[in-house]
Amino acid sequence: MCTYLTEKVSISGSGKGPAGWFRVTDASVYFDHPVHAQAEHTLNIDFLDPGAGPAARVAVELTAESARALANAIEATLGSVPPGLL
Amino acid sequence: MYDAMLAETVTIAGHGGDEIEAYSARTMQPGPVGGVVVIHHMPGYDRQTAEFTRTFAVGGLNAVMPNLYHREAPGASPDDAMAAARAKDMIPIPDERIVGEVAGAAQYLRGLSNSNGKVGVIGHCSGGRQAFLAAVSLPLDAAVDCYGGFVTGTAPEGHPLHSLPPLVERVADLSCPLLGLFGKEDRAPSPADVAQLSEALKAHGKIHEFHSYEGAGHAFLQVDRPSYRPEAAVDAWQRIWAWFGEYLAG
Repeated sequence: MCTYLTEKVSISGSGKGPAGWFRVTDASVYFDHPVHAQAEHTLNIDFLDPGAGPAARVAVELTAESARALANAIEATLGSVPPGLL
Repeated sequence: MYDAMLAETVTIAGHGGDEIEAYSARTMQPGPVGGVVVIHHMPGYDRQTAEFTRTFAVGGLNAVMPNLYHREAPGASPDDAMAAARAKDMIPIPDERIVGEVAGAAQYLRGLSNSNGKVGVIGHCSGGRQAFLAAVSLPLDAAVDCYGGFVTGTAPEGHPLHSLPPLVERVADLSCPLLGLFGKEDRAPSPADVAQLSEALKAHGKIHEFHSYEGAGHAFLQVDRPSYRPEAAVDAWQRIWAWFGEYLAG
């Protein structure tokens, strides 16, 4: 099934693509058919700078299990940051 | 069989007469031959669907695949174009625009010097639904729906297609014979969805032939995906050739 469902979020940071580092301003998060990963559906994230064109993109396609592990790792990492740094 | 063909990127007039990119694969046979509009799947105007397109030309037809995401990202790689379209809230592409792009592609095929004037449509995954959409919206000569979801039934709550009337309600407008190729393990379309569509076609006296394959799910024609099922795919391709051979000849 094509879910089409997409969560979009404004972000601030940088990503590295084939042409080197660039700022990222937007992310699309969706669970849908992947382009490359060997699964019917994956949790996909596009880190984007729309102002720099469609190729300004860092993309990942993750199995649902690994996406949850990644989300947990992000939360755990942020949760363990020493006081005063966030 | 004479199998020479020419494949290249072209510009065609799509929805509203706007120029869009398309991948054209044309048999070098003098003709007259039929043509096929190939509708790519949600991941985009990709190498795999280009291979489908070339396959038709090798087999003696003309074929063209419009880039449904060209407007959102002209010149971008297919996967970047899909991502750009998604970021712009243009996935799924509105049905009206799909019909316009397919109409333009059909016009392109009919205008080729070796065309016999007959045009079919085929699509896989989301393109399967869109092939049915085209066939109930445009005058065509044959259609093939490869596991297109939500032709019947209602998409889940929150799904972008949830608010649209099921396409099956337009079955009376089907302009051409329809071949349907499905996997029995697919959930969209499920075997019940396929049965409902078949019943609707029968009720309206529409020529159709459906094949549902054991042990196959969604995307069983995709040779580089874990969903590939060679036994089903080989049979399906034979059915596709027979269908277009019957209805696009002359």
